[in-house]
Amino acid sequence: MPYSLPATVGTALLAISLAGCNNASLHSEEKTISKADVVNTYANIALATFEDSLTQAEALHKAIKVLIASPTETNLNTAKVAWLAARVPYQQSEAYRFGNPVVDAWEGKVNAWPLDEGLIDYVDVSYGTSSDENDLYLANVINSQQITVNGSMIDVTNITPQLIANTLHEADEVESNVASGYHAIEFLLWGQDLNGTNPGAGNRSASDYDTNNCTNANCDRRGDYLLAASSLLQSDLEDIIKAWQPGGEGRTDLASGTDAQGISAIIIGMGSLSYGELAGERIKLGLMLNDPEEEHDCFSDNTHNSHFYDAKSIQNVYLGQYTRIDGSLVSGASLSSLVAMTSTQLDKRMKSALDHTMGQMQAMVDRAETTESYDQMIGSGNRVGNQVVQNVVDALTAQTLVIEELMPVLALEKLAFEGSDSLDNPSLVQ
Amino acid sequence: MKKLVFLATLMGFLFSSVCLKTWALVHPVTLDFSQAEATEFWPGGKATVNKKRNSNSFSHASANLEFSRQMGFSLGNALFKKVWIASPASTLASDGLGPLFNAPSCQRCHLKDGRGHPPTANFPQDNAISMIMRLSIPPQTKNQHEALASGRLGVIKEPIYGGQLQDLAVTGSLSEGKIHITYKEQLIELKGGEKVSLRHPTYTIRHTNYGSLHPQTMMSVRVAPPMIGLGLLEAISASDTLSLADPDDANNDGISGKANQVWDVIKQDTSLGRFGWKAGQPNLPQQNADAFSGDLGIANPLFKNLWGDCSQAQVTCIKAPHGGSPQHDNVEISKESMELVNFYSRNLALQKRHQVNSPNVLAGKKLFYQSGCVDCHQPSYTTSKKSAIEQSEQRIWPYTDLLLHDMGRGLADRRPEFMATGFEWRTAPLWGIGLTQTVNKHSFFLHDGRARSLLEAIIWHGGEAHKSQQKVVNMTPQERRLLIHFLKSL
Repeated sequence: MPYSLPATVGTALLAISLAGCNNASLHSEEKTISKADVVNTYANIALATFEDSLTQAEALHKAIKVLIASPTETNLNTAKVAWLAARVPYQQSEAYRFGNPVVDAWEGKVNAWPLDEGLIDYVDVSYGTSSDENDLYLANVINSQQITVNGSMIDVTNITPQLIANTLHEADEVESNVASGYHAIEFLLWGQDLNGTNPGAGNRSASDYDTNNCTNANCDRRGDYLLAASSLLQSDLEDIIKAWQPGGEGRTDLASGTDAQGISAIIIGMGSLSYGELAGERIKLGLMLNDPEEEHDCFSDNTHNSHFYDAKSIQNVYLGQYTRIDGSLVSGASLSSLVAMTSTQLDKRMKSALDHTMGQMQAMVDRAETTESYDQMIGSGNRVGNQVVQNVVDALTAQTLVIEELMPVLALEKLAFEGSDSLDNPSLVQ
Repeated sequence: MKKLVFLATLMGFLFSSVCLKTWALVHPVTLDFSQAEATEFWPGGKATVNKKRNSNSFSHASANLEFSRQMGFSLGNALFKKVWIASPASTLASDGLGPLFNAPSCQRCHLKDGRGHPPTANFPQDNAISMIMRLSIPPQTKNQHEALASGRLGVIKEPIYGGQLQDLAVTGSLSEGKIHITYKEQLIELKGGEKVSLRHPTYTIRHTNYGSLHPQTMMSVRVAPPMIGLGLLEAISASDTLSLADPDDANNDGISGKANQVWDVIKQDTSLGRFGWKAGQPNLPQQNADAFSGDLGIANPLFKNLWGDCSQAQVTCIKAPHGGSPQHDNVEISKESMELVNFYSRNLALQKRHQVNSPNVLAGKKLFYQSGCVDCHQPSYTTSKKSAIEQSEQRIWPYTDLLLHDMGRGLADRRPEFMATGFEWRTAPLWGIGLTQTVNKHSFFLHDGRARSLLEAIIWHGGEAHKSQQKVVNMTPQERRLLIHFLKSL
């Protein structure tokens, strides 16, 4: 995927060079840094990251409109490039998911995976029908006027954002019934990846949207779905932006406890994404099962970038800085400086562990863009590819061990998870 | 219930004020409803999460899970969601489903890690996806009698269909049949003019593909139970559970409480039964391994049958391709993967309660406690120190004694399982019950989901619970509302 190359490398280099100069300026401010300042920077970066995500989602929506008005291969490619660009800021928001209940409760709408694509559109015969326990496995909303959800008939004549959000998403309580978000849009742009652990991503043709020369039927409804999904993505992002504006729920949640609890939330977000989510569920599992289905951005073969920017997100939060899509920098009092006030040595080790992870991530990105895609790397018997991915897991594991050391150094109770410390404080139970 | 509990009450008062040391303990039942007890907000102790209340509320990891142990949870979660496929397939680590199965993934029955439900209609209008039917026959031979008496076997399987009806099969095999349900309504009048209708189910099997079932076949239909707090239930000390037992009703309160003794495959001996609607499994690893084998047809290190619950009489099933591969110990899910699933199932957290201190919740709590519900739904324990760190020495509020009780003719499945008679059921834990609607969008309760509301579930209680049930029948409508309000706060 040549078009994703410049974005990745460019942003990475920019971030590294900026990290260098910014640290020097923060050094002189060390003495004045308070926990509340650090929490404030953290919230500001959340806002900027989600605002950028919205900007890119709006660009994506525009590109999709152009594609539907004029379904050429060029316009399909432009929409794909817009989708890839939209992933860059969004993935950098993921460190906010675990420490913040408002993000945790929301993120399933925009980034749920894996998805049973047969719910949305036509699928290849190899997809099978044996999943007869999931009534919606082959529901194909795009090809239907009505479908059955939880035993009742639902009219799906009009494909609207409301229908997708309120009725189709996680229908019948099945988590793989993913109807909304980045991955639903990704599927509608790329189509199924039928290559297993061989080269190649999804191969949808622009004529799938051509009402005059329609392939695979229902081109008008496919366009309706794609538009509704991208419009829903925008309104979902608008909701989360509100949560990070002054007085928003994300900020008030952080402020509702002590400053120390705010810092704990930041560290929990870093550690939980780094280890359990990213190293574990998103990477290690696929490596363990050698299963190309265990790939986060599976239709577009963009998984390497998706992982890269997740790791970047953790680094952003620690360094208290985020490079916006227009190149400007959002920064402020950082967790890094706060740690350095107590232990410059630990701060150094933390930064070096984060750098090491970014290096291993870059190696994986380079391999994906020059040699073989991520799903090939995790294939059975691919010793070299497996090792590149394992190096990423090892680096994330190593950095998580350092993240764990931050808690005691900042005099935070080791497991002060989301207020459970008040277990020992009966006065809170009134 | 033994008088011992009263002694424990006194001891508990002494220690709760000091609270310096903790050890495994059955906490005394409170007599003070003027305010909530100190830890009631946190039903799962320090493993309790405080997150938004939504459909994911049963899917969070123990809050006290350290970063370094979170990978086990997320990998286990991924395996729990994983859709297994029929053999042969190119992805060796994902095949082995069936040949006969009830669902292709754990999550498909344990919807949102929550409570299953009965189908809205019979096949083919709807499927019984989060429900299973267990099958067995009375012992026919001397050997079968002996196997049951020794505690090695809990049931004698139906000779053709095995221990469970699998209503799905991989391509090339035939499913066993479909559960068919008819309901008959029974109107019950409660004091104050309120009425409640109980729907009595009748179960049959239709669309059978392997001939007639044994004429004496016993059927027990069960929905998937919620996954929350299982590790904490496992961490309740066996001696605490046994201290609550009173199998011969020595204290003459009408409530016996019997511990099930079930076969422990790892120990090769009998153990206290804890899991399942009749406490037929001793621990989570065996419970999970049994589900992989029986529900998914996935051979595992504990139950190595590559053909799951197929009997020798089901020839096409035995001959179908299987997914055993040398790299996975010649079974279909490796020991490593099973351990991840076990870790996951131990660490699904309880959600923090809301409003434990509101006057209405406290009034409902008082009615619940004073109606004798707590004689079986034992409120609180401190878990054993011997458990894994997340579960060890936690003050928990599961509202169960984990014991078997005769629940009367109405609820009886008339299918014994180890020491449990056809009238006995394990006291179901009540924690998290108030989030059923939020997580699973329904309010079907009891072992087969026949109750359509908490009130119906209460009125179904018979046998040892009859006395308490009658108290609810004779409450004022306002009192009943408060009682339900308390349950919904759990």
